Amino acid sequence: MLISFYILAALAVGGALSVVLFRSPVYCALSLVATFLCLAGIYVLLNSEFVAAIQVLIYAGAIMVLFLFVIMLLNLRSDKPLRHSWTWPKLLGIGFAVAIIFQLIGIFHSPAARMGPAGKYSTEYLQQKGAVEVVGEVLFTEYVLPFEIISILLMVAVVGAVILAKRREPASTEQTP
Amino acid sequence: MIPVSHVLTLSAILFGIGVAGVILRRNAIVVFMCIELMLNAVNLGFVAFASGMQSMVGVMFVFFVLIVAAAEAVVGLSIILAIFRNSGTLNIEEFNLLRW
Repeated sequence: MLISFYILAALAVGGALSVVLFRSPVYCALSLVATFLCLAGIYVLLNSEFVAAIQVLIYAGAIMVLFLFVIMLLNLRSDKPLRHSWTWPKLLGIGFAVAIIFQLIGIFHSPAARMGPAGKYSTEYLQQKGAVEVVGEVLFTEYVLPFEIISILLMVAVVGAVILAKRREPASTEQTP
Repeated sequence: MIPVSHVLTLSAILFGIGVAGVILRRNAIVVFMCIELMLNAVNLGFVAFASGMQSMVGVMFVFFVLIVAAAEAVVGLSIILAIFRNSGTLNIEEFNLLRW
């Protein structure tokens, strides 16, 4: 189990690095899909089958298909290769990212970071009741108000996308009877 | 049982790679993909804590983060479409209309 976690983690990091390093946006999108699928495998290893399913359906399915549609609609050229333009702001950016990684790892491994008491949703409980059933039970009792609010957010996003992506007609055509 | 600290380390590495992509890349769509990568790294941290603490709160947060990410992707991509229609480029160094 630990071995498969390490394999999936290495594949995910490789996919994430190729998102940053590939020149063509289409290759970037496809390696991001590979990263999302590896993360879905890690969610299965962490006993969260529901999260793995929605990760594959929504992220790797819906969102990345939307990205690919937009890339193909815009007919983009590839970027210039990154390594031909090493300027000091880019080196500073890489140093900033590495600093963030080491700071986060330091926080997660510091002795002050302890986890609280364990809840009641143990692996045996989830396997006995069914993981999806437990998620639905919690979502529709304790978290039902955020659930309803987030549906309004989705509707606002749909309306906003339609208005932003709509082609503007000239105002004069609307005036003519 | 996978140790929680290992998963959190992976989450930190993915988040840092996303930050590096946002800083280094010039293409607006790739910058957007790196933001999605950072959101995924945070999701991985939530799932690791939910599994380690045997709690359901992390899974709920992942659900809401995912919906917010979907809404953000839809609105952001249509903004990118509108910008491309107006200026004909996606290079973020040329979007300097609001620069002081």
